Amino acid sequence: MPYSDKVLDHYNNPRNVGSLDKGDENVGTGIVGAPECGDVMKLQIKVNPETQVIEDAKFKTFGCGSAIASSSLATEWVKGKTLQEALEIKNTSIVEELALPPVKIHCSVLAEDAIKAAIADLKKKQGDEEGAEAIKAMSGSH
Amino acid sequence: MAIKLPIYMDYHATTPMDPRVLETMLPYFTETFGNAASRSHPFGWEAEKAVDHARAQIAGLMNADPREIIFTSGATESDNLALKGVAEMYREKGNHIITSVVEHKAVLDSAKRLERWGFDVTYLPVDDTGMVRPEAVAEAITDKTILCSVMFANNEIGTVNPLKEIGAICRERGVLFHSDAVQGFGKIPFDVQEMNVDLASVTAHKLYGPKGCGALYVRRRNPRVRLAAQMDGGGHERGMRSGTLNVPGIVGFGRACEIAAAEMEEEGRRLTAYRERMREQIVGALEETYLNGHPTQRLPGNLNLSYAYVEGESLLMGLKEIALSSGSACTSASLEPSYVLKALGVGDDLAHSSIRYGLGRFTTDEEVEYAIKSTIDTVTRLREMSPLYELAKEGVDLKTVQWAVD
Repeated sequence: MPYSDKVLDHYNNPRNVGSLDKGDENVGTGIVGAPECGDVMKLQIKVNPETQVIEDAKFKTFGCGSAIASSSLATEWVKGKTLQEALEIKNTSIVEELALPPVKIHCSVLAEDAIKAAIADLKKKQGDEEGAEAIKAMSGSH
Repeated sequence: MAIKLPIYMDYHATTPMDPRVLETMLPYFTETFGNAASRSHPFGWEAEKAVDHARAQIAGLMNADPREIIFTSGATESDNLALKGVAEMYREKGNHIITSVVEHKAVLDSAKRLERWGFDVTYLPVDDTGMVRPEAVAEAITDKTILCSVMFANNEIGTVNPLKEIGAICRERGVLFHSDAVQGFGKIPFDVQEMNVDLASVTAHKLYGPKGCGALYVRRRNPRVRLAAQMDGGGHERGMRSGTLNVPGIVGFGRACEIAAAEMEEEGRRLTAYRERMREQIVGALEETYLNGHPTQRLPGNLNLSYAYVEGESLLMGLKEIALSSGSACTSASLEPSYVLKALGVGDDLAHSSIRYGLGRFTTDEEVEYAIKSTIDTVTRLREMSPLYELAKEGVDLKTVQWAVD
């Protein structure tokens, strides 16, 4: 299986591996995928309560090299973005950046879903049930 | 001595040719190039003599008569010829065939085609070690059964089937018994008389011979097996397989069998010791690591392990200096995890996490040590970034988690 240099780089030097405190009110956690499908991603974001800008992001992924790379890249991209900006990250940009082959597109979709799931979780924590539901409806559109 | 990378540990897929085999083959490309079917001149006679010698070497390794060896292009063709050839020839007698769910695709897909042609096929399940139970064969036989096909040793998990017991049942019930013996032939003793095997598929490249050369053993007496040829032409190989013989390949196949006969026992001991060292050290160092297949009734050079909480393809990426294979969906064209592991009752999650180590004649001590260390390091690293491992460490039972499946 040929991997792009960028996938290999993220696999060998994953950015932002780890966990944030799930209980922190400024942390949103998204877990997507299922073990029997061979992919599970956990992506967490931490926002600045004043500005609502994502200050930190962490991930842990069970999955192939492309899944690890997609989630690693996603954590890089969300950092410094507002929640609204992060919601606009599309899986197609991940595909392009990592040069994923067609059979690996689902990895990028999962990463996009993980971002949305983390933001939805945060919105829910902040009492914005409606916003959380609206974001959930956006994901899983494939 | 510095270790040479990458390391080959995929001996079930194919093997490098033994230099002694190549040396024996070389003159048959140039000097002794005749067509073994040319009866009118010495070029043909020389080629025929070489083929007959190889036939005897191959037959010798399975306790058969040289006249019972039919040369083919490889085991896929042998499997096709055995199943379709028997089905066509014996269809007046019955239309029922028995096989197992863990067979190679060459058997399974031939069986599926026979179903489309009106045959009934019973696919026997296996136990959790991957073994076909002889009693299951006995229970499946009906008065319409003409053929039972059960592999000798499995290519993924290395489990060796009780052919002697299955063969005895088939013989007693008057059912022909075919075995895809590709993985075990030349690695562990295979005896068509003792095992009552009537047809057997073998191929040269799995035992340090050349690619593109296989054979089908077809019993000549007690019972005499008849086959409907699937390849029409010049009537070579007693009419069962037309086509000019691949003389250099056949010569190499014969030599490979001769070497295997002489060295199998010692090689088997050495590879079993390597395999057990790997298993003990890896399982000792990594919790929740599971052996797939049978603990003892397995090919000497086969080790198949599942590592909970890590995915096979990412593991292969980390072990990129070692040529291995995985039961993970991501490594297959179908995106389905291994059907063999599923048949054993290994959950999809652990099937995704499996790695097959295939050891062989040229595997060294240093390579085994390198593989052990790399595996432990990579699994440890991937578990540290696995959300499943984290949840399990927190005491969450993963089976109770409601996964957001897309």
